Amino acid sequence: MTDTHQDLAAHAQKMFGESITAVHEFAGQLTLDIHRDRIVEICRTLRDDPAFAFEQIMDVCGVDYLDYGRESPAGPRKGPRFAAVYHLLSLRHNRRLCLRAYLDDESPMIASVTGIWNSANWYEREAFDLFGIVFEGHPDLRRILTDYGFIGHPFRKDFPLIGRVEMRYDAEKQRVIYEPVSIEPRVLVPRVIRAEGFAKG
Amino acid sequence: MAEIRNYTLNFGPQHPAAHGVLRLVLEMDGEVVQRADPHIGLLHRGTEKLAESKPYNQSIGYMDRLDYISMMCSEHGYVLAIEKLLGIEPPLRAQYIRVLFDEITRLLNHLFWLGAHALDVGAMTVFLYCFREREDLFDCYEAVSGARMHATYYRPGGVYRDLPDSMPQYQPSPLRDTSEITRLNANREGSLLDFIWDFTERFPKHVDDYEMLLTDNRIWKQRTVGIGVISPERALQLGFTGPMLRGSGVEWDLRKKQPYEVYDRLDFDIPVGVNGDCYDRYLVRIEEMRQSNRIIRQCVEWLRRNPGPVMIEDRKVAPPPREKMKGDMESLIHHFKLFTEGYCVPAGETYAAVEHPKGEFGVYMISDGANKPYRVKIRTAGFAHLSAMDELTRGHMIADVVAVIGTLDIVFGDIDR
Repeated sequence: MTDTHQDLAAHAQKMFGESITAVHEFAGQLTLDIHRDRIVEICRTLRDDPAFAFEQIMDVCGVDYLDYGRESPAGPRKGPRFAAVYHLLSLRHNRRLCLRAYLDDESPMIASVTGIWNSANWYEREAFDLFGIVFEGHPDLRRILTDYGFIGHPFRKDFPLIGRVEMRYDAEKQRVIYEPVSIEPRVLVPRVIRAEGFAKG
Repeated sequence: MAEIRNYTLNFGPQHPAAHGVLRLVLEMDGEVVQRADPHIGLLHRGTEKLAESKPYNQSIGYMDRLDYISMMCSEHGYVLAIEKLLGIEPPLRAQYIRVLFDEITRLLNHLFWLGAHALDVGAMTVFLYCFREREDLFDCYEAVSGARMHATYYRPGGVYRDLPDSMPQYQPSPLRDTSEITRLNANREGSLLDFIWDFTERFPKHVDDYEMLLTDNRIWKQRTVGIGVISPERALQLGFTGPMLRGSGVEWDLRKKQPYEVYDRLDFDIPVGVNGDCYDRYLVRIEEMRQSNRIIRQCVEWLRRNPGPVMIEDRKVAPPPREKMKGDMESLIHHFKLFTEGYCVPAGETYAAVEHPKGEFGVYMISDGANKPYRVKIRTAGFAHLSAMDELTRGHMIADVVAVIGTLDIVFGDIDR
């Protein structure tokens, strides 16, 4: 862990204590796993405390861990299925931080951070649309990217890549209708996980 | 007395000033905008989900189609994320080539933006001038990758191939006489670098032309000064990046602050605005074009002096050269494996960001160790900028909505993904 990340992680652990469940560093990125109930107060401190000063939120992203590592010898990963990931940027200290909160499998739900960073508004709408994560306290939680009247959450891993319905114009009814998809799903390149150093030398 | 009520107006999805498929529901009080509600997603193609179903290298082409007027910069963000996960670094020459083409792409983007913005606001001529210069830059794209727009030129570990030694030339045709052909081919006699150098010699004068048409133009100033004003604090709150943030006076540019590739070896300045209105953002982008021109010249000088490899030698990531593949069994196997199965990336997650012409382009990539990404999240600048539409246009006249859409520099390929 680099020095700046070490300081940042130490300060965060001092400030938030039990709310941080894990600290990871990989490829120059510091990730804090946090408890979902504390998201708003943690984010408020991260923005307002001068030692953090994360003025900007770059991204809010849903993740579905359903199939994570399914092809590996150890089998799929256990643990919560959904996570919300927040990418923060501090202009003052010129550094980034990533927060991850694991959510319930049945009804993924987390408090909205729109009140802290206004730009989270659309990102949360997107995560709701694509993953079905409900952001409590969001002022206007509508679908954003999918069609009007779309059913389902397309970026979940159990949603097929080809979708469930297809659309065509029906000449008899004189309008556009939806029907179940007529194409077969196909995989051109199977997903494989090779051990590190596979076939080296 | 008759009751006067607000009425709603649909702007788009088919509107020439909407820059694509934006459906903007405006609540109007007479000619004054009370509320703007952008409806997006009409161009949603599920790029991220598609990327999750393919080996890493096969999605590079999708990145071109995100922001279809600054193609290689989007590729750069994606390729950078893979490189961070793999822990590899491209050769120095490849890094210079990437910077060179990032800046060419910035010119492409800003020229398109300037032309379209001016056209929306009523200046026809600038559009034609800008597209004349874009044509030369597309020839550079074509010379290295074979495609004028969707290049798929960057690869994890370097770039697809080295810069060509000759430029394609105009051929004799019944439509053009010999003197015309000679004139058109005059700057195409040498290598691609000579062609780019010739362009950078001409380009500052062209920027002067655009400025002569617009900067002190009374109509242009009436349409842009004081329109869509945003304070630095609000700009940060609303997630602005790139020229939108710099137009409000915040000096923040990833090329300087978090340098990637060889930007820390190059000499250039970051322009910032003062008032945070459409006019300042225009000035910032104009100056960025001049700075890009400077960077391109530095890259061309370096590239002329330093030949070398443009792709790493790791055969697990980069394919072997064609001639080696013909004679060597192991190379043949590497080639076959790479183009069928692809390569496996160590489990982990990373966020890689580049200074895209529009702002910060970030790719958050999660790998579970497979030959396909587990999750790809693309953070585009336009998405955050468009979400501020309501705040930027509230209280302005309907004609200013067009000026604000122009200044946001939005492209629906990267907003809807």
